[in-house]
Amino acid sequence: MSTRVYIYARFERFWHWTQAALVLSLGVTGFEIHGSYSLLGFKTAVEIHSLLVWALMVLWVFAIFWHLTTGEWRNYVPTLRLAPQVMRHYAYGIFRGEQHPWPKTRDAKLNPLQRGAYLGLKLAINPVLWVSGLLYLFSHALPGIDLGTVALVHTAGAYAMAAFVIMHVYLTTTGPTVFAYHKAMITGWEEVHGPHADGK
Amino acid sequence: MSARSPSPLARIRAVLLLAIFVLAGAFGGPAIASTADHSRFEALQGPFASGPDVTRACLKCHTEASHQVMDSIHWTWSKQNPATGQMVGKRHTMNSFCGSPISNEPRCTSCHVGYGWKDLQTDMTDPGTVDCLACHDTTGTYTKVPTAAGHPQYEPVMVKGALKQPPDLALIARKVGESSRATCGACHFSGGGGDGVKHGDLDTSLANPPLHLDVHMAPDGANMSCADCHTFRDHQQDGSRFAMTAKDDHGIVAAHEKNAGLATCESCHGAAPHDEDKLNHHVATVACQTCHIPEFARGGIATKTLWDWSTAGRMNEAGKPFTIKDDHGHPSYVSAKGSFEYGENVRPTYAWFNGSVTGTELTDTIDAARPFPINRIGGTPGGEDSRIWPFKVMRGSQPYDSENNRLVVTNVFGNPDAFWSRFDMGVAIEAGMKTAGLPYSGKFGFVETTMHWPITHMVAPAEKALDCAECHTRAEDGRLAGLDGVYLPGRDRTAWLDLLGIGAIAAAGAGAAGHGTLRLIAALRRRNGQ
Repeated sequence: MSTRVYIYARFERFWHWTQAALVLSLGVTGFEIHGSYSLLGFKTAVEIHSLLVWALMVLWVFAIFWHLTTGEWRNYVPTLRLAPQVMRHYAYGIFRGEQHPWPKTRDAKLNPLQRGAYLGLKLAINPVLWVSGLLYLFSHALPGIDLGTVALVHTAGAYAMAAFVIMHVYLTTTGPTVFAYHKAMITGWEEVHGPHADGK
Repeated sequence: MSARSPSPLARIRAVLLLAIFVLAGAFGGPAIASTADHSRFEALQGPFASGPDVTRACLKCHTEASHQVMDSIHWTWSKQNPATGQMVGKRHTMNSFCGSPISNEPRCTSCHVGYGWKDLQTDMTDPGTVDCLACHDTTGTYTKVPTAAGHPQYEPVMVKGALKQPPDLALIARKVGESSRATCGACHFSGGGGDGVKHGDLDTSLANPPLHLDVHMAPDGANMSCADCHTFRDHQQDGSRFAMTAKDDHGIVAAHEKNAGLATCESCHGAAPHDEDKLNHHVATVACQTCHIPEFARGGIATKTLWDWSTAGRMNEAGKPFTIKDDHGHPSYVSAKGSFEYGENVRPTYAWFNGSVTGTELTDTIDAARPFPINRIGGTPGGEDSRIWPFKVMRGSQPYDSENNRLVVTNVFGNPDAFWSRFDMGVAIEAGMKTAGLPYSGKFGFVETTMHWPITHMVAPAEKALDCAECHTRAEDGRLAGLDGVYLPGRDRTAWLDLLGIGAIAAAGAGAAGHGTLRLIAALRRRNGQ
C-alpha cells in the first residue's frame, strides 16, 4: 500500500537546497582557510567564505522565522515514541527489506532519531558555527579576544558539521529506493508506504 | 588607537598629495620654485679656495644654518634615544661592519657633513666647517675625497694616468638647491664601505629607480626625494633607524601639524589605506613594509650579508694582500677586511618590533659564547605596541677583548700600526683602543654578531605585494613560519582537534560505507534468494 503525500513545502525545499550548497561551499573554502589543502588559493577562499556566510545567515534568519510562524518547529520536538522500532529498523529491518516503522506525515515528518540529530544540529552545531564565525569575522574589532580559541571552536563546529553532512547524505539513500528521498526533497511529494500509508 | 577608517576628506587629501608629487615629477623641475636665484648672488661668484670658504659665503644670508646643522645628527653622529636614554650613533654604538669610526676618522668622516673632523673625541665649533654642498649640490659634481676628513678635492690630481680636475666650487655654489636622492645617497647608499653594503634597502639603484623597484622614488612614479618623507625642520630630519615609529597611531598628518613629520607610511596613507577591509585589519599587527617590500636589494646591487673579520690579514705566496671574487664579481675575500657574503633579492627576516633599538657600546660587556646581537630590537609577540616588521639580519664575526668581554675599536686606517698597513689585528686593536682611551687586555678573539636593519625602502607596486598565502600557509618556508604572538589562519591549527575532527569524519564515512555495503549485500541476497 502506498500513497503520495505532500511533505516538504516550497520554502522548505528552497531552504534545504540553498543551505546544502552554502554549507558545502563554506566547508570547502573553510577547510582551505584552515590550511587543510590548497584549492582556490587562500585569498579567494577567504573572500568566498566571508561572502557566502552572509547568505547563510540571512537564510537561517528566514528559516527560523518560517519554522516559528508555520509551527514547523514542532517537527523537532524530541520523542521516544517508536524509537526502539526505528533503531531496530536501521540495525536490522533495513537489511531484510522491511518498511520504515515511522508513520511519516506532513505534521510528523521526522522520526525520533532524526529529531535528535536535527535538534542537535540546530541547537548546537549551527549556533557554535554562527557565533564563533561572527567573532572570527570581527575579531579585529574585539580587543582581548583570542583568535586562536575562536578558530578552535569554529573549526570544531566545522568538523561536526562535516561528520553530520556525511551521515545525512548517506541516510538520504535509505528510502524505499535509493533516490526516493532526494526526489521527495525536490518535488515535495513522497511515496509513503506501509500500514500507515492511508491511515490519514 | 586612531580611527581605522579614514574620512573621505583624508582619502582625498592623500590622493591630492600623491597627485602633487606625480605632477612635480612629470614636469621634472624642482617641486617648489625658489624666490632666490643663487647664480646672481655676488657672494657666490667665487672663486673659492676651500669648502669652508663656500660655507662662509652661504652663512652671509643663511645666518642660522650652521647652528641648525651643528645640532643635527648629521653633524653630531650622536643622539639620545628617547625611548631608552642610551646615547646612540657612530660615536657610541658598534655595528657589524667596520665596527667603529674612532681612530679611523679621516676616512670615515668623509661622510660627515663637515670639513676636517679628524678626531671624533673633539667637537668642531667653527660654523665655517659645516658642509652645505654635500646636501645642496644639484650639479652632481660635488664629491668628497674618501680619505680627507670630509674635504673635497682642491687641486688637480693624476688618477690612473689621467688628470682629474677638482670640482668647481663656485659653479656648484651658484646652483645650490634642495637635497635629492643623489645627495643623500652619496653617503647613505654606500654605508659600510660600498654600494648597498649596509642597509639592503638603500643603494645607488635608488638614484633613478624603475617603478617596480620603488614606487615612491621612481621618476615615473611619485619621483619623491628622501626629504619628502624624511621631512626636515631646522636642518633636522624625521625618521631614524635608532628610534623608529613601528606602529603609527597618528595616521595622516594634516597641514597644521607642523611637528608631526612624514616619515611613516601612515603619515600620508593613513591607517586604513586598502579598499578591502580584510587588508586594513592587518594594519594593527603587520607593518606596511612587511607586505609591500617582498624582497630587498632588488635593484641589481647586492648587499653584504656577512662580514667575517676573523679571516682578515692572509697574504698570498708573494706575501701580498689579495682579493678573491665570487661568481658575481663581488669580493668574497679581501686581506684587508676578511670574508664576505652577499645577497640580492633577499627575503627579509620577520620579527615583532616596537621601534626601540638598543645598541652595544664599547664599554658594554658581551657574551661571546653564542652569536651576540649587536643591536637588540624591542617588541613583544602580539604586543599592542608592536607590529611584524621585515629586517635585514647582518651577520658578522668581529674582534673583541676576550679577557674583558668587550667589543674593541680596530684602527684600520691612517697610521703605520693600522691594520691596512701591518695586517696585524692585535697591533691594530691596541692602536684603536689607545686612541679611544679605553682599556685593552691585550688578548682578543672573534665574536659572531648579528645586527637587525629594519627594511623600509624599495616599496614595490601594490600588485607585487605579498600574496596572502606567503604567510597564511603551513609550509615550512612560509614567510611567518615560527613567528609567535598571533593566531595565523592557514598556518596555525590545534593538532588534537584536527585528529579528532578527521577521526569523526572518517568514522562517519566508514559507518556509512559499512552500513551501505551490508544493505547492498542483503538486497542482492534477497533478490537471488527469492
